[in-house]
Amino acid sequence: MSAQRWEPEGVTTERNATRVGPGPGQNATEAATGPEQASAPEPLVRVEDLSVGFPAADGGAATSGPGAGAATVRAVDGLSFTLEPGAALGIVGESGSGKSTVAFALLDLHRGTGAQASGVVRVAGRDVLTADDAALRRIRGGVAAMVFQDPLSSLDPYLAIGDQIAEVYRVHHRGASRRAARARAVEVLDRVGIPDAARRSRSRPHEFSGGMRQRALIAMALSCEPRLLIADEPTTALDVTVQAQILALLAELRAETGMGLLLVTHDLGVAASSVDDLLVMRAGRAVERGPVNAVLSAPREPYTRALLAAVPRVEQACGDRAPVPVPAPAESRREAGTTAETAPEPATEAAPGGEPKAAASDAAGRGLAGPAPTTAAAAYREASGAAEPELLLEVAGLRREFGGRRARTVAVDDVSLTLRAGETLGVVGESGSGKTTLGRMIVRLLEPSGGSLRYRGREIGGLRERQLRPFRSELQMVFQDPVASLNPRRSIGESIADPLRAAGRLTGPEIVARVRGLLERVGLDPDWYHRYPHEFSGGQRQRVGIARALAPEPRLIVCDEPVSALDVTTQAQIVRLLGDLQRELGLALIFIAHDLAVVRQVSDRVAVMRGGRIVEEGETDAVYDDPQHPYTRSLLAAVPLLAGAERPVEAVATERVEAVV
Amino acid sequence: MIPYLLRRVAGAVLVLFVLSIVVYAMFYAVPGDPAKLACGPRCNPEQLAQVRDQLRLDDPLPVRYWHFLQGLFVGQDFSTGTSVLHCDAPCFGLSYQNDQQVTELISQRLPVTASLALGAMVLWLILGVGTGLLSALRRGGITERVLTWFTLAGTATPVFIIGLLLLMVFCAQLRWLPFPSYVPLTENPEQWAWNMLLPWTALALIESAKYARLTRSSLLETLADDHIRTFRAYGVSERAIVGRHALRGALPPVIALTALDLGSLFGSAMLTETLFGLPGLGQLLVHSVRTIDLPVVVAVVLVTGAAVVIANIVADLLYAATDRRVTLT
Amino acid sequence: MTSEVLATTQAGAPAPASGARQVWRRLRARKAAVVAGAGLALLVLLALAAPLLSALTGQDPNTYHDDLVDSARGGVPTGTWGGISAEHWLGVEPGTGRDLFIRLAYGARVSLVVAVGATLLQVLIGVIVGIAAGFGSRFVDGLLSHVSDVFIALPMLAFVIALTAVVPADFPRPLLLVLVIALFGWAGTARVVRAQTLSLKKLDFVAAARLGGSGPFRVARRELLPSLAAPVITYSAILLPSNIVAEAALSFLGVGIRPPTPSWGQMLSTATTWFRADPAYVLLPAGLLFLTVLAFTVIGDALRVALDPREASRLGVGRRRTRNANKADNANKVDEAGGASVSARVSGAGAADTADMAGATSAPQKGGPA
Repeated sequence: MSAQRWEPEGVTTERNATRVGPGPGQNATEAATGPEQASAPEPLVRVEDLSVGFPAADGGAATSGPGAGAATVRAVDGLSFTLEPGAALGIVGESGSGKSTVAFALLDLHRGTGAQASGVVRVAGRDVLTADDAALRRIRGGVAAMVFQDPLSSLDPYLAIGDQIAEVYRVHHRGASRRAARARAVEVLDRVGIPDAARRSRSRPHEFSGGMRQRALIAMALSCEPRLLIADEPTTALDVTVQAQILALLAELRAETGMGLLLVTHDLGVAASSVDDLLVMRAGRAVERGPVNAVLSAPREPYTRALLAAVPRVEQACGDRAPVPVPAPAESRREAGTTAETAPEPATEAAPGGEPKAAASDAAGRGLAGPAPTTAAAAYREASGAAEPELLLEVAGLRREFGGRRARTVAVDDVSLTLRAGETLGVVGESGSGKTTLGRMIVRLLEPSGGSLRYRGREIGGLRERQLRPFRSELQMVFQDPVASLNPRRSIGESIADPLRAAGRLTGPEIVARVRGLLERVGLDPDWYHRYPHEFSGGQRQRVGIARALAPEPRLIVCDEPVSALDVTTQAQIVRLLGDLQRELGLALIFIAHDLAVVRQVSDRVAVMRGGRIVEEGETDAVYDDPQHPYTRSLLAAVPLLAGAERPVEAVATERVEAVV
Repeated sequence: MIPYLLRRVAGAVLVLFVLSIVVYAMFYAVPGDPAKLACGPRCNPEQLAQVRDQLRLDDPLPVRYWHFLQGLFVGQDFSTGTSVLHCDAPCFGLSYQNDQQVTELISQRLPVTASLALGAMVLWLILGVGTGLLSALRRGGITERVLTWFTLAGTATPVFIIGLLLLMVFCAQLRWLPFPSYVPLTENPEQWAWNMLLPWTALALIESAKYARLTRSSLLETLADDHIRTFRAYGVSERAIVGRHALRGALPPVIALTALDLGSLFGSAMLTETLFGLPGLGQLLVHSVRTIDLPVVVAVVLVTGAAVVIANIVADLLYAATDRRVTLT
Repeated sequence: MTSEVLATTQAGAPAPASGARQVWRRLRARKAAVVAGAGLALLVLLALAAPLLSALTGQDPNTYHDDLVDSARGGVPTGTWGGISAEHWLGVEPGTGRDLFIRLAYGARVSLVVAVGATLLQVLIGVIVGIAAGFGSRFVDGLLSHVSDVFIALPMLAFVIALTAVVPADFPRPLLLVLVIALFGWAGTARVVRAQTLSLKKLDFVAAARLGGSGPFRVARRELLPSLAAPVITYSAILLPSNIVAEAALSFLGVGIRPPTPSWGQMLSTATTWFRADPAYVLLPAGLLFLTVLAFTVIGDALRVALDPREASRLGVGRRRTRNANKADNANKVDEAGGASVSARVSGAGAADTADMAGATSAPQKGGPA
């Protein structure tokens, strides 16, 4: 098996009893202290030839053959790896790579769901997949504890946090009294940095902030003193500053308790700063494994290289890197009856000729592969020959409030900015900063509560729907969610044609011809005009969304988190497409995102938002390289760097008290 | 919480006010002379004129409605020619049939309907919630299939069919139970229950199907929640997960629906009462409609409307009280 | 009053597009639905062919046959099983001796016409009011929602019964039944449509259509109606059997279809006095009514799943044994019958505010989890 390629290390470890541990971050590895101590020292986790198959979503009328041959989707396909006691392994991969499925398999959370897991999974000497229910329950939490992605939905909304932790504690400490369990809950809550833990332990999850909930979940894991902590995308739902604190906490706890860590994440930066070893997965198989620094600095596999190249870097001004094409997976893992939905994203992106085509046309358009979006404004300036491009947008003192008389919240507060033709303004901020509201006001999906919003010298802030009509075509938007932004019951061609039909200037055949042209321009096959959104991958849908925004020939497009729902490789392609279109058409872009790195990649100027206000604005490189406002500095400091774990985690750990409040 | 309650109560009062206008207008503005209805077929013109006067039928409709409202809140006097009959505060007028106070009629009939509804509720909750839980926890087995078809049959059967079948089997064929005749609870609790058993069962069988479905889907959905997965991942036993975590999330809709149903049970109650000959509000309404006894019709419709409106508020409050995620604002 | 949880379950994107052919294929894949469909086809045929059958058997629905009932025993049909004979296939009515088969066939006509008519009218009113409320201004929404609330608060059966008391006797009864059932039954549809419209309105494709210069009518027609079709059809399929029951119930109470026009509910009403002496007279109309309602319910459920394959069968009939690993049976938390009002009340009333607030909350940050 090709998956075996990197395995020799692990295998020798098992045979060689004298070896202590592989990783540099290895902490004092105690002899196995679990109740069922294994006779031979064996790795904390040993996974051999693990495969997990899910029944295919819709068998429908298609009758499946003989019983056993029912259609399944292999999420994990013959994976093997080991994790030494106290070590930290990161599993990274794009969506559909099967990384979370692996994490779930370590506790056999697939049991009873209809998924079929085969192979060997041993955690601290216990065979997980073959354990009976009672034994499995002892392993779950007691030996290996899990921290989930969404801390809000992962906690019981009806019970106090402390009670939930106490309940779990008592499962694994049969003799413990209620009182003792509660005391233990307060203790671990205090340990993970929840202030006033005794009082807060009586609160229910919704009374906690996102970061605090994740701390509570970690406290729950901690309460049972597990030997392994499995963290499945533990920071994905969190803001970047909170993310940094949670990662610091994990590192701290690991150093203190000596537990092993298995971190599943899509974010290479997160993995870089938190683990010793890295396992890159794709389409259910391991692509590459090695020490984190080695993999990140000198990847051996083309896929890893492509993945790394696609990651936008906050510390680099753009134009430094050349894109690396993503190689197709060696072999399709799709079996009989696999549906497009469950297929791995890279595969579907590549299969119908969508993304490669796009890449090809991009390359052709540019002549060479080097991206140069920063120079967009300059290029346009040269092209148009004007010294100063037209001032499109002037926003002054813009304000938006929500809610009624009593529960009034101010989403955008006194925001002023300007935008010229052909320019890209990046707007960054954490959740709740008001950036989306600002974007929606600019295209007048929302009416400002106050301030002035001038487009090409005309005040459009207070215009009614009918008066707005003439401006509608010039102000367009690309939305975040590629699922919700396309009408599932209309073909993509009709969705794109809609603004043209509404305008009523072109004849039917002209409209179709134009839509086909647009489809081609965004890298899609014009013959897909009559297909429906569900037949497309996220990246392709986002291309459709872009084509629709382009249809009425706008001059300004607000992109609201256009790539945040996409995998990094797809993300890079969409960002490149936007850059190309901007240069070609002289568009002005407002690029709203929470990801500082992406914003740096695309923007000429950047505005940092917090609490509805712009705290800092300026030329992109100036803001990123020499941030003036403390908030900008803390944001930038919190971004995990790919370059490796050079930055000491303690630096961010000190800020953690702030977000706890 | 308090402002919310005040707002809801104000809203409910408004709804009832509008309802009363609509009902009043609908029944008194229609063609046909109420005086004739009230007086009866063998009335001479003189008597008729007297009745017209007594019912103030010569006043315009809004004025009559005003008197009707007055009657509701402060009481009303009716002169029956020789004597004056005082009708106390919640006064819906006098029955055309026998000059009895409508309020009195209703308060006589109410205990019957209440017995029927409350008893049936206990039964349907036990039956419905039990079935729902069982079919949710025994998924994929024969139990689930049987329960599925049971609930399906329950949903597809009108209450009068079940009632008829029960009568046929238990009264006519097996002779286990008497043909129901209402015995007040205060008189003889045992006879009360024995006589009500068939009506309760008929009503409960129908309703329980709805509850079984709701409980099942609600529990299954809660069991699919992420937080259930968390406790599974921490080795909490399936029994504790269902008991401590899933039920808490699954039952609020069931509880809220119970409150709603108690308010809106009147339709089924009417059918059940008619079938089993129970002298409840439903039977009263059917009877008054047949005899066109307008004051009684108006009163019963308004009372049942009020029950629905109150039940709605109670349901929302219960939902908020049991499901802590919901905040009432 | 805003339930975040319930609101989000409603706010999901509508189902993937599915052509009529696909829906048909999914429907046919369910054995229960096929059987129910065949049964209903038979019933419709029976109803349509009632006059033909009448001519064929030589029996008229209103001809008395005193010779076939035993007046000494109070009018019980002579012969076994309610007087089944070569001439009277299902026996005769006790007391009058009228042919039961033909009366049942004519009863099917009444039942279907009233139920279908009432359903169509209910849905028409409901969709118009629902879209207007969901898409209109805050004032329009408030007004229409309150009116719907009042209509839902009305004890329908009581009201309908009361109404029949004051309507002139010469008003055609079936039409009256259609009107009163529709008049008091549209509010549920309106609520469903309003909630659906509100959640659709929040979706970005509607915002995109507005940006594309579409006015409100164009948005309603092009973006909303296609997505509303599935829930409306599904809801109609629930309404239809309940309207059949409503018609039967009214006739049972003696305020529906008037004699001599035959109707199932009326027969059942008469049967209450005959269940000891002539059980067949109870079982036949009861069985027919039960099977009809059952068939409509099964079809409605199958239709719902066929229109939106992500939905699990609410009834659980004909469910496939193998299940997806993720949320397998994600039936709506509060199901249609009475539950709709709970969910509508808990999330619906606050939905307007939720919809507006949606723009205020910043985009959630989601990466690409597996």
